[in-house]
Amino acid sequence: MSARNEFLLGLLGAALLVLLALSAPWLRFVLTVALAKGLAVLGILLLLRAGQVSFGHALFVALAAYAAAFLAPLLPEVALLLPAAALVAALGGLVAGLFVMRYRDIFFGMLNLALSMVFYSLLEKLYGLTHGTDGIRLPLPRVLGLTLEGAAYEWVLFALALSFAFGFAALVRLWLAAPLGQALSGIKTREARLEFMGVPARRVLLAAYILSALMAGCGGALVALTSRHVTPALAYWTASGELVFIAILGGAGSVLGAFLGAVVYELTRVYAAATIADAWQLILGTVLLLVILFAPGGLVGMLRGLLHRRPTPAKAGERPA
Amino acid sequence: MSALLSARGLRLAFGGVRAADGIDLDVMEREFLAIIGPNGAGKTTFINMTTGHLRPQAGSITYRGVELLGRKPRDIVRMGVARSFQLPQLFTEHTVLENATLAIAAREGGWASLRPLLRPAWREEAAELLGRFGLASALHRRADALNEGTRKLADIAMAVALRPRLLLMDEPTSGVAAADKMAVVETLARVLRDEGVTAVFVEHDMDVVARIADRVAVWGQGKIAALGPPRQILSDPIVLRDVIGIPVGEAADAVP
Ligand SMILES: Nc1ncnc2c1ncn2[C@@H]1O[C@H](COP(=O)(O)OP(=O)(O)O)[C@@H](O)[C@H]1O
Ligand SMILES: [Mg+2]
Repeated sequence: MSARNEFLLGLLGAALLVLLALSAPWLRFVLTVALAKGLAVLGILLLLRAGQVSFGHALFVALAAYAAAFLAPLLPEVALLLPAAALVAALGGLVAGLFVMRYRDIFFGMLNLALSMVFYSLLEKLYGLTHGTDGIRLPLPRVLGLTLEGAAYEWVLFALALSFAFGFAALVRLWLAAPLGQALSGIKTREARLEFMGVPARRVLLAAYILSALMAGCGGALVALTSRHVTPALAYWTASGELVFIAILGGAGSVLGAFLGAVVYELTRVYAAATIADAWQLILGTVLLLVILFAPGGLVGMLRGLLHRRPTPAKAGERPA
Repeated sequence: MSALLSARGLRLAFGGVRAADGIDLDVMEREFLAIIGPNGAGKTTFINMTTGHLRPQAGSITYRGVELLGRKPRDIVRMGVARSFQLPQLFTEHTVLENATLAIAAREGGWASLRPLLRPAWREEAAELLGRFGLASALHRRADALNEGTRKLADIAMAVALRPRLLLMDEPTSGVAAADKMAVVETLARVLRDEGVTAVFVEHDMDVVARIADRVAVWGQGKIAALGPPRQILSDPIVLRDVIGIPVGEAADAVP
């Protein structure tokens, strides 16, 4: 998709989201969380370019969320809390990344899962610090010095989530068009050649990994500030699985996929949970199966097919796995 | 002329197989040195050791007086030693043009930037280089959709794009259609001579060797069995028998 078309589609999507948020106030919260998850999914998509699937990226969501929770009493200001928490996640990405970069494929995926589960256990067991499964409640932070309540605060976070979505989508697009991002796909197809050209392949992957942790961290901080309650469930393996699920649902071919997938997923989940709570997992599994079998390009692939008025066969390079 | 690359006493055994069994070799500045020899003689192993892919059990390889052993492939590349591969190593999700452009980005250190890969300057340089290899019509084809000869040429073009001072090529003409072979070889030789590149290449086609090599090294079971100018080596009955497979008697008759 051309940059212009993608930007226009993104604007259209954003306008729709704003309309939705205006029409039903409770949707503001749902959509903010959806965009926050979309940020983490964007990181998953970036690593997918290198053929690597992280089954533990909720680690960075939770890391930032807890960082926000711990810092909130000391630093009750959104403009400081959010970047600080995201930075903690990026640092976590650097530390974890230095270790994980040595592995590929199933080992890469499982190692990420293992790290996230260790973090989950810590959050759950260190009761004195984290209050275990009860979690931590965040005091209401100020926004640029102003104390906002209710709807105004929610609108601010919704606007922030939307801005981060646009900003990071643009950054990832740039990244993927540059040698730094193109080399990611080189890691997938011919990693040794990169070394024989003088490019340190692990550093290429590490840079992407840190960016993905930063984006997941922004998402995590937004989730913490929106729900004002963090629990270890944020780091549980199902939360990581959800991110991979959304990545496949949305489609790996475009940065829009992350957010389209996340919004559709969250809306469906909230709606399904309200009406057919028992069948939610069944619906999830069935949809995943259908997407993999019939729409390997995900929702974005289907959208593109509609726009071009003919079914576009997903290019091999754009397959989500 | 001075030696650009000097190998001394290289030894490397895989189990019982001696892939390098005391290799001593000087490669002179700006020469084209052909390596010939039967399969399994250790030709590729020599390239692998020189480029940092394999570590010999004994010996040394110096390039411009600096020891190469113990260095990583990417550090050796940055010193000016590039290679192409017996089996082409292309980025299969990328087009031929993108493959070459990635090599240019790597050379320029621009791989770490966020500016577009296909910026005009790099794109034009890549297209021009690929054109010289006769790949103008394949620029926008994905690397996994090419025939063997085309992949081979793209692989070599990527190594040349790194602007090495020493280029090691592993069987550059294998897989290239016989009809195109000489034209390709002439072009390759011209490109390398123009840029003052020193070349070491493994080659099975003796016509190619005779056409462009300044010297020929004959590999046999991890050793250099003979070394000299092509006229001398290619008329040596023992070489003809062991490398090309012509019985000694016939060989003596065949070569005046
Ligand atoms: N990485 C390796 N592991 C084990 N054996 C190897 C390895 N590389 C080469 N060999 C063996 O070393 C010998 C020389 O191989 P090679 O250098 O590829 O020969 P050539 O290129 O002359 O055909 C062969 O017997 C080969 O099987
Ligand atoms: Mg070989």
